[in-house]
Amino acid sequence: MDVLTAVLVTPFANMWSNPEFVLEVIIGGLLSGVMYSLVALGFVLIYKASGVFNFAQGTMVLFAALTFVGLIEHGLPIWGAFVIAIVVMVLLAVAIERLVLRPLVNQEQIILFMATIGLAFFLEGFGQLVWGGDVHPLDIGIPKAPLIIGGVLVNEFDLVAAAVAGSLVAILAVFFQHTAVGRALRAVADDHQAAQSVGIPLRSIWVIVWSVAGVVGLVAGIMWGSRLGVQFSISLVALKALPVLILGGFTSVPGAIVGGLIIGVGEKLAEVFWGPAFGGAIEDWFAYALALVFLLFRPHGLFGERIIERV
Amino acid sequence: MLYREVGQFKTSYAADQAIFPISQERWLVIAALAAAYLVIPAIGSEYWLLTIMVPFLVYALAALGLNLLTGYAGQVSLGTGGFMAVGAFATYKLTTAFPEFNIVFALLLAGIITALVGVLFGFPSLRIKGFYLAVATLASQFFLIWLFNKFPWFYNYSASGVISAPPRAVFGRVYVTGAEADPRAKYLFVLTMVVLLALVAKGLVRGRVGRAWMAIRDMDVAAEIIGIRPLRTKLLAFALSSFYCGIAGAMWAFIYTSAVEASAFEIDRSFQILFMIIIGGLGSILGSFLGAAFIVLLPIFLDNAPRLAGFEMPVNLVSNLQTMIFGALIIFFLIAEPNGLARLGAIGKEKLRLWPFPH
Amino acid sequence: MRLSKTSLAVAVVVAAVFGLSTSTVFAQNEQFIPRLVYRTGPYAPNGIPFADGYADYLDMIDARDSGIGGVKITYEECETSYNNDKGVECYERLKNKGPTGASLVDPLSTGITYALIERATADKIPVISMGYGRADASYGAVFPYVFTLPATYWAQADAMVQYVGEQMGGMDKLKGKKLGLVYIDIAYGKEPISTLEKLSQKYGYTFVKYPVSAPGIEQSATWLQIRQQRPDWLFMWGWGVMNSTAIKGAASVGYPMDHFIGVWWSGSEPDVVPAGDAAVGYESGTFHGAGQDYPVVKDILKYVYDKNGGHTTRDKVGEVLYNRGVINAIYDLEAIRTAQDKFGKKPLRGENVQWGYEHLDITPQRITQLGADGLMVPIALSCDNHEGNGKVRIQQWDGKHWKFVSDWIQPDRTMLTEMYKESALAYAKEKGITARDCEKVM
Repeated sequence: MDVLTAVLVTPFANMWSNPEFVLEVIIGGLLSGVMYSLVALGFVLIYKASGVFNFAQGTMVLFAALTFVGLIEHGLPIWGAFVIAIVVMVLLAVAIERLVLRPLVNQEQIILFMATIGLAFFLEGFGQLVWGGDVHPLDIGIPKAPLIIGGVLVNEFDLVAAAVAGSLVAILAVFFQHTAVGRALRAVADDHQAAQSVGIPLRSIWVIVWSVAGVVGLVAGIMWGSRLGVQFSISLVALKALPVLILGGFTSVPGAIVGGLIIGVGEKLAEVFWGPAFGGAIEDWFAYALALVFLLFRPHGLFGERIIERV
Repeated sequence: MLYREVGQFKTSYAADQAIFPISQERWLVIAALAAAYLVIPAIGSEYWLLTIMVPFLVYALAALGLNLLTGYAGQVSLGTGGFMAVGAFATYKLTTAFPEFNIVFALLLAGIITALVGVLFGFPSLRIKGFYLAVATLASQFFLIWLFNKFPWFYNYSASGVISAPPRAVFGRVYVTGAEADPRAKYLFVLTMVVLLALVAKGLVRGRVGRAWMAIRDMDVAAEIIGIRPLRTKLLAFALSSFYCGIAGAMWAFIYTSAVEASAFEIDRSFQILFMIIIGGLGSILGSFLGAAFIVLLPIFLDNAPRLAGFEMPVNLVSNLQTMIFGALIIFFLIAEPNGLARLGAIGKEKLRLWPFPH
Repeated sequence: MRLSKTSLAVAVVVAAVFGLSTSTVFAQNEQFIPRLVYRTGPYAPNGIPFADGYADYLDMIDARDSGIGGVKITYEECETSYNNDKGVECYERLKNKGPTGASLVDPLSTGITYALIERATADKIPVISMGYGRADASYGAVFPYVFTLPATYWAQADAMVQYVGEQMGGMDKLKGKKLGLVYIDIAYGKEPISTLEKLSQKYGYTFVKYPVSAPGIEQSATWLQIRQQRPDWLFMWGWGVMNSTAIKGAASVGYPMDHFIGVWWSGSEPDVVPAGDAAVGYESGTFHGAGQDYPVVKDILKYVYDKNGGHTTRDKVGEVLYNRGVINAIYDLEAIRTAQDKFGKKPLRGENVQWGYEHLDITPQRITQLGADGLMVPIALSCDNHEGNGKVRIQQWDGKHWKFVSDWIQPDRTMLTEMYKESALAYAKEKGITARDCEKVM
């Protein structure tokens, strides 16, 4: 009985008596969700254009962040480090396309997935080999002070992260809709063979997509690195981004954002109001359970492509 | 010349349907079993038996379970770790509540409990497919680990949440868990369990059940049309796969590490076992073993290689290089043979049947 | 392709068979210590300085004193990445090395400790779980081969409550106050809960739990709750990235840092540095000193670093975790020395070192001799007391260094001994172990 009241009654009672707190939690959730979306974007880009579920995205985020912070520690100014880190990610994309994607073209999805796992191991070892296992604090001047707006606590950092994610999505939208390369990417995402038959070079497209995903990963890495310090555990944010992916759909950029927002809010509300009924720390599985519930109604995610199976 | 099948006639249906129809293969398998049963315990050191062979066998069993679900039935699952945890904790609760139960009985009963849990978490597979299902099974993974961490009843209210295997004998005074257990007893026990369960699995996949699974895997709409019931087939796959994973988890906790907490079965474990079946070969019993060997033994070998080659390297360098080489080898093997090591083995066998003739 | 596939397979098999034997030639007059370390993986920032401190101390003893009692100390590091199976594999591979086998093993991880307790007891190799592992192993009658010196998590929890009481003007002032625990939701994080709950009944404070799911990279919900509920004091049992995220979380909700006290594994440089200025004022428990201002640390600089040795850089010598490695090494070598007094100045077996540990008595005079005044506390172990009655101190981060803000606090030994005994006997019952009769043990 206690459990039932704790699940069905108490949370709502608590919410009712503390509307400001609820607002705080919701806003906090939205902003956390944006941070997850940043990572999920990288997954979506690669899946959309090359049909590969890139298990190594988390490690790429870590690798990009390590490169960035390593260069800063060696004395480069922030913009210099950023540019060079972008160059490194582009080179990485070229290497991946040449050594991993090209030999495995036309293989099943699960084989490509496994290859990205191998890639993840490789990058993990390589990153630690080059930059070491220590924590690298990252401070590029993003303000971190807590702000109180109308009784609700918001952190400046989260607002900056939201702005960054928003601008990134806007830039990507412009890129996809209004440039020739973007159009080619959309064509490839739609249908590989049709795109090839109109003369779009698949290989260069893959390099471009993986580079863009690498740059998105770099931005995500910088944001998460500023939050946590650049260390191995950053690659674990990928696990936080997975429910966002399944909720939003693997193939949709707006899905990654909307999914992130929903998961962020859902997770935080559940943790704060329903958590005590279960002993707390339910965030992790709740995110997946929430995504699962959405999936039962829309098996390809909210905005994902419906795959029509033909017999 | 090696695989000369001249003179091997089958005179009964049973002989024709044997698992190893070619007698050379049969002898090879018997020799391998003899080596495993007789040679390895005799010459193997404790290190070899307990740190190499036992975990290899336990992982192979878990990989076998996952292969039934993902390789044969096509349902990609990342909840293996969670199911292993169910098996481990179920065995712990059973054997501490009923100390008179034989350990084998406790293991099988725990397997059945895990099967039921597997069926429960398998329901989403009726609606969700592919990678979406994989990520959805992560929900079960995280939930189960949280469950075993959170409710003290599961670990008998100990302060730390670690369950510790009480000494249990398989018969008489032959202990297989606990401190007095002889490493050889542990190894032989695990070996016997794994061999028997592998045999059962082989029988399953060669029969109607296996064919139904493969039909669902290849084209589930068509399978449904020809009369295979997707609900039953998929849930059966989840049940049997969880049975195997539960027993593997129980043996992991009881025989390999003898003390385990829920976080030993975290998401990393699930990924590890998925890697094993992909590298080893999806849809292949032998592949589960090969994949387990690759993932378990290769890192140990890579870690020890520099020292054996004679030069000292700082441990973090070795560890990082090991991770890099491991990743590179995965990619290399996938490029060389995307269908896994088992396929490499099958190709080898095909060539050997003709050798030295070209065709 | 066929040929290379076959030859590849052959090469792998040969290498695998060849690769798994172990044999090294050791000189006879050496004492071997296996070193389980984590220099890679998610907890590397914490593992690296610890391993460096331990190794540097051993190098210094070999350089300055030619070992202990003329017996050279050798060690070999094995990377575990904080992973239980790797830890077990390292232990199994190294336990028979050296002329007399491994003298002892420091698992450096609660998970690995649990995995090794049974094996090491059967192999007669002492497991030294310094400030981690099973708290109830302090009752040595049930755990002859496990040592938890100088203080356990339960002792730390009690000392933290004592410190809070002291800060508030007396233990009676705790009544009605709210004390919270932010902890990582794994076995390690849950260790202090039973002690803190027991003390809440004794002193009348409300105890609130704030679990954070591992690995703890996302804690905003927890900190919003803390802001809402405003506990008067907050303790933390975190590990790895959770620590720095929590400190930032506390800063982001404006929680007063000097009311935020972490356990000794949540109070070192990798935890506070990523949080930057926000971490100033954060406190943690500890059982040793930090900094380079101790004769023994200066000796390390002189005998190892000045001679171009050393496993890290000079400026990292003296960090909290580095010094922790150093005192782990000091305890281990003192136990060996105590054992040598009884068994002779030669390489000793694990069971002899176990005797050494059970009779370890580090007096203030000995500490001065070692050059560790202020760095360590006196401890005295015995058959049924494997913890040694070590004291705990609270330190505070001022942005550059850790400074003590309290005196050495002695936790409530009566209450703790009872708790250890009860829990240990329950374990013994479950496992069918008979506790040793400490009267009869020499």
